[in-house]
Amino acid sequence: MSGDELLTPTQRDDLRALAGAIIPASAEFGVPGADDTAIQADLLATLGRDAAAVREALNQLARVAGAPLAALDTARREAAALALRAAGGHAVATLTRVVLQCYYRDDRVVRSLGLEPRPPHPKGHALEDGDWSLLDPIKARPPFWRRP
Amino acid sequence: MSDPVDVLIIGAGASGAAVAWSLAETKMHILCLEQGGWMNPAAYPSTGRDWEARFFGDFSPSPNTRARPEDYPINDDNSPIKVVNFNGVGGGTIFYTAHFPRLHPSDFRVKSLDGVAEDWPIDYDTLAPFFAENDRMMGVSGLAGDPGVPPRDPPMPPLPLGRSGTMLGRAMNRLGWHWWPSDTTVATVDYEGRAKCINLGHCTPACAQGAKASTDITYWPVAQRAGVELKTHCRVRAITTDAQGMAAGVVYYDENGVEQFQAAHAVVLACNGVGTPRLLLNSASGRFPGGLANSSGLVGKNLMFHPYAQVYGYVAEPTDSNRAPPTCLWSKQFYETDPARGFVRGYTFQFGRGVGPIMEAVASEAKGILPWGAAHHAAFRRLNGHRLGLSAICEDLPEEHNRVTLDPVLTDSHGIPAPRIDYTIGENTARMMEHGIARAKEILAAAEASDICVNSPILQGGWHLLGTARMGTDPERSVVNEWGRSHDVKNLFIVDGSLFVTSGGVNPTSTIQALALYVADQMKQRLANLFD
Repeated sequence: MSGDELLTPTQRDDLRALAGAIIPASAEFGVPGADDTAIQADLLATLGRDAAAVREALNQLARVAGAPLAALDTARREAAALALRAAGGHAVATLTRVVLQCYYRDDRVVRSLGLEPRPPHPKGHALEDGDWSLLDPIKARPPFWRRP
Repeated sequence: MSDPVDVLIIGAGASGAAVAWSLAETKMHILCLEQGGWMNPAAYPSTGRDWEARFFGDFSPSPNTRARPEDYPINDDNSPIKVVNFNGVGGGTIFYTAHFPRLHPSDFRVKSLDGVAEDWPIDYDTLAPFFAENDRMMGVSGLAGDPGVPPRDPPMPPLPLGRSGTMLGRAMNRLGWHWWPSDTTVATVDYEGRAKCINLGHCTPACAQGAKASTDITYWPVAQRAGVELKTHCRVRAITTDAQGMAAGVVYYDENGVEQFQAAHAVVLACNGVGTPRLLLNSASGRFPGGLANSSGLVGKNLMFHPYAQVYGYVAEPTDSNRAPPTCLWSKQFYETDPARGFVRGYTFQFGRGVGPIMEAVASEAKGILPWGAAHHAAFRRLNGHRLGLSAICEDLPEEHNRVTLDPVLTDSHGIPAPRIDYTIGENTARMMEHGIARAKEILAAAEASDICVNSPILQGGWHLLGTARMGTDPERSVVNEWGRSHDVKNLFIVDGSLFVTSGGVNPTSTIQALALYVADQMKQRLANLFD
């Protein structure tokens, strides 16, 4: 079951508005916000086992905001988002994590961080050897493990 | 009913694989039952774009979150440290950091040296040949010559220091404190059919490259070629006994969920420090009302976790981040007892290279150092790829109130009572953790790190499951004897972390496997009178 079916239209709108409040678009860094259409589509498609907690957090948000989040002006929207964050708890943490994990795997966002948008396997990464001369003073120490 | 096997091993993880391989040379009929299945490296997280997200789902370290069919639930509500494990061929070696230190010689003599807990019935020298054999079988990379540990000779060269290791080594030198490249089971050269590490980085939740040793790719292929039989998706419900009080076999559910009985001349438990006491307690009978092999009353007691005190911060230069095996160095500076510190025993520092972007975002947001709103982006770019961290792996002393029992309500998918954990961190360990946090902050200050964060204990940090069926010479103070045989049931053996008398302050897999090889060796030497 996808997020389209797991959340009501109002919940989807609230989720999108909240995601945009958590991570707004940035012209300075050339990245979309977390309310971006593709990111929201990924989020809804992969909600899966997190759906119940996300619904709970959105219900909590609805109580805090007193109205659909998208209908609020920017100041009231940010205030509601911050109130939700301050309230905390498992459901809010899950919702936040779901937003972050979908945002930070978006190709545009990953590239903006100077990273390649790909899984680690099969290409892997290069690892510098490092400065092994730093170990010389340790090698010079006598054994200090305790002999019973 | 099937024909009896000579040896029935329960669990195909770190210790089960080692004991199976060692016993194979006897040409006995050896069968291992494993509740999980074979893993498919092509489906490991690092092969997909959702590689980090799966850590919060089907590749969570927590069996309660992961909830795969082969997992059993654990009620750990009454513990500040939650149990993490993995069920499948390879067990916990599928899902571990591959950090591979050994217990120290002093760890086997804590009563004699420091007046706490109890001495082990064996010593480091007894295990030394089995440590070396296990290093060869698992394939250990490391550097000889460490003055902080007894001499050893890892068969592969160490992992590169990298940027993170260099920064941390430099900081440790400023303080004049010991450090050394860690022993790991990550192949740094092609080794025994395993391709060398290519720095996938996301090593802990399974290695798609096969560079990280897990027993499904080390011990098991060799053991199976030698004739050991391994049946997967078979969950043991109970060990049964005969009229003489000897283990007769096991009742288990096969891959179709059908109850079966397998008779055996000897039974070996390799289910880890939670699974083993759970099974023994679930094997209670009229003859053994308190659980099998439990005349001492110690089955499930003295649970030890190794509380982790984790400290990390952020440096201006880029670190290795998630683009290399997570562990790079260890320090034994504070391992051995120094009474001036206000506690006995000690801890290992395990140094990390960093984490990936999603892990960084989730952790930093939770810590309150990654804001919501317009300031988010600049803050994240300052944090991501700049983390340096370390953990104090603190020795946990045995206390009987820290225990595994059977939950009166919770069951697994077969209706078998699930384990319940009751655990508190002891006073000595708590002081040790505070000491570790303070020293870790000094190290990070020497590395010029800022935004210091502390997780103490690491909540999802119950990796090491130890002490719940300990070995000893006194049947009233131990569950098995000095070579792993039950005091009560003379054809029942235990080879996993349950055996530990004390925990030491290191990741235990190396010692668990050395113990399994040692017990197997003892069995082989006594085959003519094994049950006398």
